[in-house]
Amino acid sequence: MINKKVENVADALKGVSDNMTFMFGGFGLSGIPENAIAQLVKLNLKGLTCISNNAGVDDFGLGLLLQQKQIKKMVSSYVGENDEFERQMLSGELDVELIPQGTLAERCRAAQAGFPAFYTPAGYGTEVAEGKEVREFDGKMHVLEYAFKADFAFIKAWKGDAAGNLIFKGTARNFNPNMCGAAKITVVEVEELLPVGTLDPNEIHIPGIFVQRIFKGAHFEKRIEQRTVRQKA
Amino acid sequence: MLDKNGIAKRIAQEVKDGYYVNLGIGIPTLVANFVRDDIEVEFQSENGVLGMGPFPFEGEEDADIINAGKQTITTLPGASFFDSAMSFSMIRGQHVDLTILGAMEVSENGDIANWKIPGKMVKGMGGAMDLVASAENIIVAMMHTNRAGASKLLKKCSLPLTGVGCVKKIVTNMAVLEVTPKGFELLERAPGVSVDDIIKATEGDLIIKAEVPEMSI
Repeated sequence: MINKKVENVADALKGVSDNMTFMFGGFGLSGIPENAIAQLVKLNLKGLTCISNNAGVDDFGLGLLLQQKQIKKMVSSYVGENDEFERQMLSGELDVELIPQGTLAERCRAAQAGFPAFYTPAGYGTEVAEGKEVREFDGKMHVLEYAFKADFAFIKAWKGDAAGNLIFKGTARNFNPNMCGAAKITVVEVEELLPVGTLDPNEIHIPGIFVQRIFKGAHFEKRIEQRTVRQKA
Repeated sequence: MLDKNGIAKRIAQEVKDGYYVNLGIGIPTLVANFVRDDIEVEFQSENGVLGMGPFPFEGEEDADIINAGKQTITTLPGASFFDSAMSFSMIRGQHVDLTILGAMEVSENGDIANWKIPGKMVKGMGGAMDLVASAENIIVAMMHTNRAGASKLLKKCSLPLTGVGCVKKIVTNMAVLEVTPKGFELLERAPGVSVDDIIKATEGDLIIKAEVPEMSI
């Protein structure tokens, strides 16, 4: 067993520095690497490029990095829940690349899987395709999109072991598995770090080969963005 | 004239037994409330769930189980969770049978604009561009005119596009229309709405063949 376990978030984030490109798992606030984000706030790195489906809310998730003006560029598909984000974008302080959500996921997966680029129909004929190579397959137009290149991927999983094997829960899975192994170093925080041999190999979502560092997160708030309920009849 | 629930109710008639359906945010979300009980349908949410159920009871919300609108949801028996790349494999690979989404503008050749108002609203396209580029069967749910009273069914979209030539059918508060090579064909009119009302509220080319029946909802 190759041991990927590190003791805490400080050890897990060794080697991060200004101007790096980071990937963050999560959809909205669900399945975001809260502990890694808190540490990045503490380290107060600047000039970051962040690849993440969303940009958090004003006071949680990547919104915390935005508040400290740590982010130079965001690559996302939807950023509608964050006023500070919108302010920084409209004032030109923040560079933003908005891309289709499926393209975002596939650019992660391509990096993970060793594909330099791929064609997708998403965005053809729109401003997203401007300046990009296009090609017709079976009578339909497609846009060439490239694999991401990133320094660190910050991942949140439900259960894991020291070998780096991961299991995700519910829709907190989202982009997390696609980002594992898609950056030079993949750092995973888990709710439960279990002894090696406990996880059933049949049920592993991501094998440890895609993970360089794993630690048990000290605290998970797991904030709900839109609390919707129905009444009991 | 229909309200938002009326539009959703009419669109629910398009949902057939055995369909996998992706619902967008807004009016499309309401469609789930009106699907017949005697057919089997599974709702896909692009953040990674198939077999989406209703909202949870109070106290049973789970931060790890949400829909693409970031709302807490439940799952039904037979549901599954998956990652984002697999979710868009379902969408791009045309495994989803029906996509219902909202729009700010639709043009008579089936172009759709629903993600950006330059300088004003720049929230992003989310999964909408992937959905419209790949889905075979797209229904747009929207009001016929905007808040200022101007038509949303245009000769040409004025806002940045989400996709080109992709919309097949449109259900508004006034009418059901199909996108054809010659323009919007008027299929049905809403209760209490005349063909003249629809002509006045439609900027794009409108094709009216003989009698236009009233929707039955």
